[in-house]
Amino acid sequence: MAEATEFKAIGTRPVRPDGVDKVTGRAQFGADLNLPNMLYGKVLRSPHAHARIRRIDLDAARAMPGVHAVVSGADFPGAQHGEIGGEGGGDVADVAKNVMARDKVLYHGHPLAAVAATSQAIAEAALAAIEVEYEVLTPVLDLEAAMAPDAVLVNENCFTKNLPEPAEKPSNIASVMTLARGNVDEGFELADVIVEGEYRIPMAHQGYIEPHACTATVNESGQATVWTCTQGHFALRTQTANILDMSVADLKFIASEIGGGFGGKTVVYLEPVAVMLSTQARRPVKMVMSREEVFRASGPAAGSCAKIRVGAKKDGTITAATAWLAYEAGAFEGAPMGPGAMCVFAPYDLENFRVEGFDVLVNKPKVAAYRAPGAPQSMHAMESALDDLARELNMDPIDLRLKNAVAEGSQAAYGPKFPAIGFRECLEAAKAHPNYQKPVPEGAGRGVAAGFWFNAGMESSAEVHINEDGTVQIIEGSPDIGGSRASMALMAAETLGVPYEKIRVLVGDTEASGFNNVTGGSRTTFATGMAVIQACEDIIAQCKDRAAKTWGVDADQVEWEDGQAIPAPGVNAELKPLTLAEIMKTAARTGGPILGRAALNARGPGAGFSVNFGDLKVDRETGKVDVLSFTAIQDAGKAIHPAYVEGQMQGGAVQGLGWALNEEYIFDGNGVLENPGFLDYRIPVASDMPMIDTQIIEVPNPSHPFGVRGVGETPIVAPLAVAANAVRDAIGRRVHDLPLSPPNVLAAIEEG
Amino acid sequence: MGSFAYVAPKSVAEVTGLLSEIAGSGSRAQIMAGGTDVLVQLKTVDRSARTLVDIKGLPETARLEIGESETYIGAAIPSAVLNENADLTALFPGLTEAADLIGSTQIQGRASIGGNLCNSSPAGDSIPALIANGAVCVIAGTGGERVLPVEDFVTGVGRNALADDEFLLGLKIPNPGPRTGDAYLRFIPRTEMDIAVAGCGVRLDLDEQGICTAARVGIGAVAPTALLVPKAAEALIGTAVDDAALAAAADACSEAASPISDKRGTVAFRRKIIGVLMKRAGAIARDRAAARS
Ligand SMILES: Cc1cc2nc3c(=O)[nH]c(=O)nc-3n(C[C@H](O)[C@H](O)[C@H](O)COP(=O)(O)OP(=O)(O)OC[C@H]3O[C@@H](n4cnc5c(N)ncnc54)[C@H](O)[C@@H]3O)c2cc1C
Repeated sequence: MAEATEFKAIGTRPVRPDGVDKVTGRAQFGADLNLPNMLYGKVLRSPHAHARIRRIDLDAARAMPGVHAVVSGADFPGAQHGEIGGEGGGDVADVAKNVMARDKVLYHGHPLAAVAATSQAIAEAALAAIEVEYEVLTPVLDLEAAMAPDAVLVNENCFTKNLPEPAEKPSNIASVMTLARGNVDEGFELADVIVEGEYRIPMAHQGYIEPHACTATVNESGQATVWTCTQGHFALRTQTANILDMSVADLKFIASEIGGGFGGKTVVYLEPVAVMLSTQARRPVKMVMSREEVFRASGPAAGSCAKIRVGAKKDGTITAATAWLAYEAGAFEGAPMGPGAMCVFAPYDLENFRVEGFDVLVNKPKVAAYRAPGAPQSMHAMESALDDLARELNMDPIDLRLKNAVAEGSQAAYGPKFPAIGFRECLEAAKAHPNYQKPVPEGAGRGVAAGFWFNAGMESSAEVHINEDGTVQIIEGSPDIGGSRASMALMAAETLGVPYEKIRVLVGDTEASGFNNVTGGSRTTFATGMAVIQACEDIIAQCKDRAAKTWGVDADQVEWEDGQAIPAPGVNAELKPLTLAEIMKTAARTGGPILGRAALNARGPGAGFSVNFGDLKVDRETGKVDVLSFTAIQDAGKAIHPAYVEGQMQGGAVQGLGWALNEEYIFDGNGVLENPGFLDYRIPVASDMPMIDTQIIEVPNPSHPFGVRGVGETPIVAPLAVAANAVRDAIGRRVHDLPLSPPNVLAAIEEG
Repeated sequence: MGSFAYVAPKSVAEVTGLLSEIAGSGSRAQIMAGGTDVLVQLKTVDRSARTLVDIKGLPETARLEIGESETYIGAAIPSAVLNENADLTALFPGLTEAADLIGSTQIQGRASIGGNLCNSSPAGDSIPALIANGAVCVIAGTGGERVLPVEDFVTGVGRNALADDEFLLGLKIPNPGPRTGDAYLRFIPRTEMDIAVAGCGVRLDLDEQGICTAARVGIGAVAPTALLVPKAAEALIGTAVDDAALAAAADACSEAASPISDKRGTVAFRRKIIGVLMKRAGAIARDRAAARS
């Protein structure tokens, strides 16, 4: 940790470099690219949630004028098993089959063929001309029923992983995990009060505004260029190479500006298909999903069922806790059961606990990451149970959490010892917050909950070039979703001592930048930021060298201050400081251009904790819930650009509240999604939400030069239980299952 | 987007002539007012080829006239124009509130209540308010004009009483009396940009003692078409529109409803909600009527 606490650039709120182009419509998003001779690619999607493909006949489609390429699963290489690449991407063979079904279709909307044609209308007509014969199978749609030993199988070759004894017969349970400490039976014996509950949450979608879109062009030597909107063009390149059995060197990926991802744009859907179509057609192919396709066939967040039991002494000390957590993976394994299980008790210092997790196949789309994947589902259950416990104990819910909160040195439930963390600071700030001191408005209830996310480090690279006039060009490869260009420029400004306005940041394509893993896991400001800082330090070392050469002194007789080389104390005081611009003027003579670089696998991302509370009003005659006020408090370590940290906290709060109140995937009995659009998939509109009040806590992360922790994911975790606890407070009954939609809340009121 | 031809006739006769000619030739014509339903449908629901007949350019569909005893609203007038007309909102606050609920500011720059009615969705927001206000459709066809009460206009989900050569010119609404009030409320899970789970329009007259002398109640989204609920009106007439009367009217609405269970709500939920809306809209209409005198 840098000892400097007086920052010049860090902590200011300049306008983001990409802002003007975005608000004027100049920025190029995924679907904005058009190339000469471009074709339109479209995907044929399964009308069944579960069926065997008996026969596909592509001939009629191929014969249509204007159709230049038609592909189906048979055209793709046989998929070998292996890590797909990227953050939690899963197995290559699975993602390959998710991109294009082979022998079976596993959810309604599963791609099974694709065409490229000179117009969208011709492409659609060609899809209609493809003949498919299906053997329709019973879809597996209910999470708990899917776990039964005699359930219909989504995948006959799925044998449960991580069992004490290897599984003998196939099952929909793809894998299990257990996490335990102490002795829970003894722990419950010691308890004065025990609470328990079962909580179900349906699948939900990230709801990013920009649908998936990409354009691919493959030249005659087999080299492909792909423009795509993604959270990680390097990861998508690896995935595409793995699925198509291509060399990474033959794939160039260029990330467009991105209209939201929230975890959902870390895996391929269209890219390998577009490359295949372009290879066949020898023309560029653009593919854009409709909103309906995004809902039906991209990766929503897992639906879940959580059973929680918590015991405590009269003074609030938790003596034991158990969690049983099942997650819907969708059609292929890979639900965020692991992180969900590791997060559920993470904020609490528990002697005795046991967590069991299940990753369960169902005939629904393959789930993808959604902000803090797995944590909202499991922590909603735990934070609801703690609310019940506080009531039983007649304790303030914040005091109950303070009583059990982890602090520096506590052994996390998921293993390591926590370094400096800010959970207690968040709890204390919540307790002292003016909004918490205010009485709860008439007809409303108040809910409190905590949130947690590990945050990630992973690989990042950065280069810093000093232009001939002393201005600065940064090149890195992390797509800018939440204002990271601004944060990179601020950290460079702080390190180099150069004004923010003189710094430009390029998110380079896979040929222009060193490897950067996805913008996910709340890692970019932390990890790519660390690479930028180190690259700037590299620049400073070189500049000191150049100044030493100019002055004819040793490099260790030069120091760097406020963007200038200065003589060290005691060295010739007559020497005038050299600015970056001055150093560049003579750079040709002192060694040529100046370029700094760093590449790293960042360690110690620093756990993120939050405490949220809100007042929600319930219309007792209709069950409608209104959010009157909401306060988000979170440890950011150090807020590089506080406005964008607040933006993450506010956006996460709204997404969490939306998930809690009205968002849900509604499937009919055949596994067809009934609400594949924003009319009936109800994300909150602006007028649904009050101003989300924020308070940033700064307990510096010891692993980062400026103390940064990831802030992007923690914000979505707590709001689900805040909403549930507030509704519990308002109506005097707990509604265990989400969403807290009017029919569900009214039913609970009327039962009571 | 489906393919379409576009025409913008300048007279009523031209429109009806075109409609009958195109229908006679076995092709398809479709009237377009604001297009906020038409374009969405053309893009997603039914992409079959057609001729769009834009009726915004006719004097008869663009005219807004507040007369002595009745008000005429041209079928193609955008709801923003209605909501921004202070005389109209003073006369029919419930009806203009319904128009103000349609979509967003942007949508309201185009969306008409004529289009809302002719789209004939069970959930169209202006329809229960029009029914409550006793609105009458003025319909033009090759044979001339005819009139039809709004409650008889919609015949099923997406279907109405217009013949192939007919279109809606405008709506005639009796002006309120000295102690008349109207109100419209809908229920949606959000605050805006949503579709009614249930909607209820009420218009009532009070006498000098505050006793209800006349009432009309229209309900929407709880049956295949919006309905006039005479029993709810009867429950209010002769009362001071107190809680008991409102509760009786609410029960009448719940009974008249024949909703379906779907992704937007269950049968039980919708029956319950339509009653709640009746009570609340009734109280607003009563208070407005009382305030007018
Ligand atoms: C984002 C969005 C939000 C919406 N929100 C709401 C809402 O909250 N509540 C609601 O009720 N509706 C809503 N709608 C639907 C729509 O805006 C309304 O139904 C609107 O009133 C339709 O009016 P229009 O002038 O645009 O009709 P158009 O789209 O032009 O026409 C609608 C239908 O009526 C027919 N038609 C129109 N005028 C005539 C005529 N004079 N004679 C014969 N037939 C005619 C057309 O052929 C068509 O079938 C929404 C639509 C959108 C896109």
